[in-house]
Amino acid sequence: MNIDELREHLCGTYPDLCPLFSIEFGDGVLIVDRGRYWSAAKDLKDLGFDRLGMITAVDGVDDFEIVARVTAREMGAHIFLKTHVPRDEPAIETLTDLWPAADWQEREVYDLFGISFRGHPDMRRILLPDDWVGHPLRKDYRDERIIRRPDYI
Amino acid sequence: MAIEVESRTPVHDEDGRAVEELVLNVGPAHPSTHGVCRIIAHLDGEVVTRAEPVIGYLHRGIEKMAENRTYLQIVPLTDRLDYVGSMYANWAYCRAVERLAGIGVPERAEYLRVITCELQRIASHMMSIGSTGADTGAFTMFVYAFDVRERVVELFEALTGSRLTYCYVRPGGVAADAPEGWLDDVRRVVGEMPARLAELDRLFFGNVIARGRLKGVGVLDVATAVAWGASGPVARGSGVGWDLRKSDTYSLYPRFDFDVPVGERGDAYDRARVRLWESVESCRIIEQALDQIEPGHVHAPGLPRLLKPRPGDAYDHIESARGSLGVYLVSDGSPRPYRMKVRSPAFCNLALLPLLAPGHTISDLVVILGSLDPVFGEVDR
Repeated sequence: MNIDELREHLCGTYPDLCPLFSIEFGDGVLIVDRGRYWSAAKDLKDLGFDRLGMITAVDGVDDFEIVARVTAREMGAHIFLKTHVPRDEPAIETLTDLWPAADWQEREVYDLFGISFRGHPDMRRILLPDDWVGHPLRKDYRDERIIRRPDYI
Repeated sequence: MAIEVESRTPVHDEDGRAVEELVLNVGPAHPSTHGVCRIIAHLDGEVVTRAEPVIGYLHRGIEKMAENRTYLQIVPLTDRLDYVGSMYANWAYCRAVERLAGIGVPERAEYLRVITCELQRIASHMMSIGSTGADTGAFTMFVYAFDVRERVVELFEALTGSRLTYCYVRPGGVAADAPEGWLDDVRRVVGEMPARLAELDRLFFGNVIARGRLKGVGVLDVATAVAWGASGPVARGSGVGWDLRKSDTYSLYPRFDFDVPVGERGDAYDRARVRLWESVESCRIIEQALDQIEPGHVHAPGLPRLLKPRPGDAYDHIESARGSLGVYLVSDGSPRPYRMKVRSPAFCNLALLPLLAPGHTISDLVVILGSLDPVFGEVDR
């Protein structure tokens, strides 16, 4: 299924998601509000997106962007589901109830970005030690042990 | 194996007798954990009731380091992700950069990428099958598999000068053209390979002890494999015909005729055997690529030394020996990526261990872990 067929299929089933769909670098992107995040993921799952590839976050300085990539194996289609999470309240619904694959990946986002996932069965750090202070992939993370490469370019 | 009794929770057996649960700490530095993985195993006698992997012992913050380097400087970092299959991480990263910056790759470079990555698949699968043999007590298998792997590694040494971290695939092409006669060497080595692999099949997979140790151990059903995002031989061992080379094809793979072997029962035996048959298919792909490759550029001409992709994000993935290996890059228009995320198949596959281990003995726990084929450079990143 190519990207235009995917757009038609999505718009035919969920007209309210249609204006939120765009194409970037050849990939379908669906940008939703935080309140619609879980239900949009549920809609995608009902549409046939049975596989969760990855969940990650990007620190956009003003807020965090959550990026989830889901795949419909039957259709051969991929879509990025994105939403924004405010910095002062870094929390969002978990997707573990839709795709258990989200389990460790959401723990990783929690570990490195400090975004907690509501309803996650085991919200603990995964890569860093439990007593680590701070969340390293945040842009405002400071650690005097980090040696910055000289700006020679 | 260090024994640490962490808690003494009284549990009762079916006759109501009070028995104690033993918590055994496996690893993090133990040969059977295939790297630095710690498993907290709750045992009832010799049977595992709960197994919790504790990871992060090899976490070097590669995603954070990448934010501090230029696009070309990141290529050596990607070598250190999956150090058993460096070519894959190189390629997945370069594909993401090429998509982000809109770089076209010359055809000869794509052929060299396919040839090296399929050779890498054989080398990586030999490591996995060999260690499965070592886990089950068949150390002969380990030595035989490493003999096959060594021939591939020698080819890589001739091509790149390195035996483990190759840094060969670069944004826009490959580091250098193959040296004179190298492609003939590949043809010779790959020509001998199927007979050697068939020997391994007879030696190990036909062996009654290996069958007894692997069959029915760590059964993963199709629904669980899909829901938990399993990929690579772990998913295909369960019968999920999900191979990015076919299902989301990339590079030159549509030009080659090859099959995707799948298992039936989803146990450790099928996962290991799928790896062996995949190696045979890789030989077929390499031979076709050697027939088709023609002289030409191996690097996109006119590519600037300092890449500054336009702002945006891009994701691209390839089928590595462990599964769907993806790289997600966010650019803000500067020479350094704003964010790099590696979607690691080993990480996602390892999350299945707590599901597969309960009900099996402690010695099978080691086999199940080995059958998931985690490489901790990639799990921990």
